[in-house]
Amino acid sequence: MTTFDMACRREPAASRHVKLMVTCLCDLFFDDAAAATVEVLEHLGCKVEVPEDQTCCGQPAFNAGDWSAARRVARHTARVFAGDEPVVVPSGSCARMVSHGTLVLFEGEADPREASVAPRAWELCDFIVNGLGVTRWPGRVRARLAWHRSCHSRGTTYGEAALTLLRSIADLRLVEFGEPEQCCGFGGTFSVSFPEISRSVGGLKLDAVMATSPDGVVSGDMGCLMHLDGLARMRGDRALPVLHVAQVLRDALRATKDEG
Amino acid sequence: MTREPFDRFAADQSEERRSSVRGGAKAGHEARGRALEADGVPFDRLRSLAARIKQHTLDHLDAYLRAATTSLESRGVTVHFAADAQSACGIVTDILDRRRAIRVVKTKSMVTEEVELAHHLEQRGIECIETDLGEFVVQLARDRPSHIVKPIIHKNRAEIAATFESHGLGPYDDTPEVITRRAREFLRRKYLAADAAITGANFISAESGRLVLVTNEGNSRFCLAATRCHVALVGIEKLVPTDRDVGALLDLLARSATGQRLTVYTEFIAGPRGVGQLDGPDEMHVVFLDNGRTQVLASDCRQILRCIRCGACLNVCPVYRQASGHAYRGVYAGPIGAVLSPLLEEPGRRFLEKADLPRASTLCGACHEVCPVDIPIEELLVRMRDRAKRSGATSGSTPSMGAWALVASQPDAWRAALSAGRLLAVLPGWLGPEPLRAWRDNHALPPWRGGAFRRWLEKRGAAHAR
Repeated sequence: MTTFDMACRREPAASRHVKLMVTCLCDLFFDDAAAATVEVLEHLGCKVEVPEDQTCCGQPAFNAGDWSAARRVARHTARVFAGDEPVVVPSGSCARMVSHGTLVLFEGEADPREASVAPRAWELCDFIVNGLGVTRWPGRVRARLAWHRSCHSRGTTYGEAALTLLRSIADLRLVEFGEPEQCCGFGGTFSVSFPEISRSVGGLKLDAVMATSPDGVVSGDMGCLMHLDGLARMRGDRALPVLHVAQVLRDALRATKDEG
Repeated sequence: MTREPFDRFAADQSEERRSSVRGGAKAGHEARGRALEADGVPFDRLRSLAARIKQHTLDHLDAYLRAATTSLESRGVTVHFAADAQSACGIVTDILDRRRAIRVVKTKSMVTEEVELAHHLEQRGIECIETDLGEFVVQLARDRPSHIVKPIIHKNRAEIAATFESHGLGPYDDTPEVITRRAREFLRRKYLAADAAITGANFISAESGRLVLVTNEGNSRFCLAATRCHVALVGIEKLVPTDRDVGALLDLLARSATGQRLTVYTEFIAGPRGVGQLDGPDEMHVVFLDNGRTQVLASDCRQILRCIRCGACLNVCPVYRQASGHAYRGVYAGPIGAVLSPLLEEPGRRFLEKADLPRASTLCGACHEVCPVDIPIEELLVRMRDRAKRSGATSGSTPSMGAWALVASQPDAWRAALSAGRLLAVLPGWLGPEPLRAWRDNHALPPWRGGAFRRWLEKRGAAHAR
C-alpha cells in the first residue's frame, strides 16, 4: 500500500454515527443496493444518517476533465457531508473520488470543509473490515458468485476487505475466472465516447465470467455492474444476475433471520 | 456527438491484428507476473525504492546533469546538449560528417524514434540500419513500431516472412529460426562495414559516467565491436545518481518488460576504447536530449519522466490491447504514451492534435498497478484531460458537464430531476440524450428508479417512528 494516501484516513468514533453517501447511480437506478447498505450498517449498530441534499460526488466531470464543473459539485458534496462522522459509500469509485479526487481538484487550495471530507470517506466493505474491525459475516448465502474486482480497488484495502467478508459467509462459493485484473471496460463517459473498445473489453470480461457459470456476479461498484448487465442483456446472454456486495451481505443476514 | 477517432481506429483493426496485439500483450503481462513470483520479488517495496531514485534524480536533474557531464568527460566522452529534435539530428549528423561516416548501424532506442533520427540520416545519404530484429523488420516493411519493447507485436510471422521475401532475403519461409538466421546473416555484413554506431541508453550513472544498455539479441555488442565511433542519444531523464541505483532499476526492468530476471546482455560502457583494449570505438559521444522534457518537469505531470520504458503498462492495458499501438499516433503508445506524447508536444497546435489521447482510457489504473517506478498514470491521465480542456482542445465525444453540474450542485433541482425521470437530459452528463443514444447502441438500459431509495427511507422512517 505504498501508492495511495490511506495512511491519513480518520478512524471512526465509537458512537458509530455515520453519514451515507447514496451515490447518484443508486439514487437513479439501484435503490435496492442503497437500501441494503442501510440495513447492513444498522446491523452493525451504526446510526445511519442520509443527508437529503446530497447529489453526486463529482466524478463524471472530474474524469471528463471538466474540473470547474467538478469543483462545483465536489464543493456541494463537501458542504453536505461536513462534520466529523465517517462518510460511508457503497461504491469504490465514488469513495475514491471523495478521498482522493477531491484533494487533486482542490490541490493546495482546499478550504477546511473540502479538505475534511476526504479522510472520512470509506467504501462500505473497507469501513466494515478496516474501520469497525469486523472480519466475519453471519448468515448464509447458497450461491456460486463471481467477484468482479472493480478497478477502484487497486492500491486500496477495499477489494481485500470485500473478499474477507464474502469468504466468511456460510455456503457462499466464490468462483475464480480468467484475467480478473482486467477492467470491465466501463470507464463512465469512456463507454459512450469509445463504444467499440468499451464493448469489446466488456465482452471479454463477460466471456471470462460466463465460462464459470456462476449464479451471479457481485461487485462493490454499480457502474461496472450496470455496464456488464447492459451488455449481457444486449448480447442476449442467459440472465446473469448482478449484485452489489451490500445486497449479498443483507441477503446473508435475512437468511439467518428466516432460519431463526 | 461523434465517436473518438481513436475508437474508430480500433474498430477498423483486422481480427488478425487485434489477436496478435492482444495475444502478445497478454503473454507479456503473464510472463511478468511469473517472473516476479518465481523470485519472490518484494515488488511494492522495490518499486517504491525505484520510484524514489528516479524522482530524486528528476528533482535535482540540473545537479545530476552537471555531475554526469563531468564524469563522462573524465572518461574521454564528448558531451552535447540538444534542445529539440532538430538540434539532436544536427549534432549527430555533424559528428558523422566530420568522420565522413556514411554507413551507420543502430540499436533500438525510443529517443532516436522520437527525433526521427534514422529518417533524417537517410535523407542526408547516410545508411542507417536498425539491428534490433523487431526494428529491422519495421524498417524493411516501412512500418512503425507499435510497442515500446516489442515493436512488431502487431505482426505475425507470415507477414514478417513476406517482408523478408520481398526484400530479397530468401524465398518465403516463416520458420522463426530461418527468419532470425537470415536477419543475422544480413546484419553481420552491415556491422563489419559500419563507420559508426548509434545507440540510446537505459541508464547513465552520474557518479561514474557509466552508460547502461540492455538488449536480448547482443546487437549492441556487435554494433560497438567493429565501429570506430559511438554516438549515444539519451533523454535527460535517463540519469541515475549512482551505479548502485542502477542495480535496483535493473532488478525491475527486465522482469517488467519481458518476464526475464535480466536481459541476455547488460552492458556497462565506460567511455571509448582505453589504452590496451582491443575492441571498441575510439571516439564516443553522448547527446543529452531535452525535446520538451524540462517543460514536463515543470508541470504537474512530472512523475511521467520516471518511466524506464519497460512496456508493462501497455501489456496490461485493456484499451491498448484492443486498439494497438498505432492508435496512439506517435512513438510512445499505451497509457504512458497517452500522457507523454501530448506533454512533449506542449504548448501549441501539436499538443491539441494529441489532446484526445488521455481520454483513451477507462482510468482502470492497471498501468499504475504494474508500473515498476510507481507512476500514478491514471491520475496523470485525468490531469491531462483537465489540461486539454483548459488549452481549448475540443472533444466532439465527451458530453458536456455544465448542465449536469448545475443540477448536481442544487439539491432542489436534483430532487426534482429524480422524481421526473424524463429529465434525463441534465442527469449525469453521460446519461444525457446523445450519450444515452450511444449507450443504448451497446447496452440494455437499467429500469429507471429515480428517488425510489429516498421514498423507501421515508416510509421506513415513518414506520420506525410509529
